[in-house]
Amino acid sequence: MLRIMIIHLATLLAFQLLGEVTSRGLDLPLPGPVIGMALLFVTCVIWPRLAETIAPTTTVLLGHLSLLFVPAGVGVVGHLDKFGSDGAALGVAIIGSTVVAITVGALTFVGLRKLTGTSHD
Amino acid sequence: MTEFAEIWTYLSTDPLLWLTLTLAAYGAGDALFKASGRKPMVNPVLIAVAFLAVLLQLTGTSYATYFAGAQFVHFMLGPATVALAIPLYANLNHIKKAALPMIAALVAGSLAAMLSAVGIGVALGLDTNILLALIPKSATAPVALGVSEAIGGSPSLTAVFVITTGITGAIIATPLLNLLRITDWRARGFAVGLASHGIGTARAFQVNETAGAFSGVGMGLNALLTALIAPIIAQWLLG
Repeated sequence: MLRIMIIHLATLLAFQLLGEVTSRGLDLPLPGPVIGMALLFVTCVIWPRLAETIAPTTTVLLGHLSLLFVPAGVGVVGHLDKFGSDGAALGVAIIGSTVVAITVGALTFVGLRKLTGTSHD
Repeated sequence: MTEFAEIWTYLSTDPLLWLTLTLAAYGAGDALFKASGRKPMVNPVLIAVAFLAVLLQLTGTSYATYFAGAQFVHFMLGPATVALAIPLYANLNHIKKAALPMIAALVAGSLAAMLSAVGIGVALGLDTNILLALIPKSATAPVALGVSEAIGGSPSLTAVFVITTGITGAIIATPLLNLLRITDWRARGFAVGLASHGIGTARAFQVNETAGAFSGVGMGLNALLTALIAPIIAQWLLG
């Protein structure tokens, strides 16, 4: 089981590496992992067995996605002074724009679905 | 017997302690989240970050020392981003059927996220360097940090904004979308992913599998669009 997970993890890392090399080599504005994701997606379309094979590992990894944000989040300690003086304004900007983005995104999706007659499933 | 102070001197600078505490803090946050009946307000990331931030302050530990240990967890963001291709592929049929609504929602939602953040920030008198760090906050962490650096913002400030945005999205998404009476899991997930990236996506996966997959798609596509549009907005802001 562990051996299989290691191979799956190596596969993900290989795609990330390929993404990094592509990003730097072609001077793209996109980060390596995002290109790696696109490359893995295309590979799965061409060779569907790959998706089936690594799915157990990706499910575990994505099931604990939140954990991976903790180290960057703790970086808040370096910016506590800014939150003192601009905290309220930043809070309003972040909460306000998140409400706006979710509302606009969801309403546009539903509006276009109705307009194009795409089925609701 | 060795003095505790001596042991502490070793532990506080060794990666092992902070790596262990990062996992333990998240584990405790996750246990509280489950004990609360999965209430979005009881966010495991928020609990872990608050606990660790207070601990660093109390022990006088620098973020650099902390990160020397926590970087092993942080590193996994890369392969996790790559792994998003799998739920994306699994939902290929759903995606093909909803391509047009998705593209429209992506462009409208992504622009709304960046412009409303800058607009509110300008109205409330925030400095330009803070506004620049705020622009890519809806994109997933590795992308947002790269974009922030490219447009002249502070990546570490952006990291904090990205996390705050993600937690905000994870908390408000369900009540907000219920209020808007949107019942389509695809629309709900997609909007959450584009607005609040991986933390929103993690939340969406807890609520509904389809919502989670579309959230992953929204997050991936908005990472691409933010990388392309943020420099234009930054230029307009500085001009």
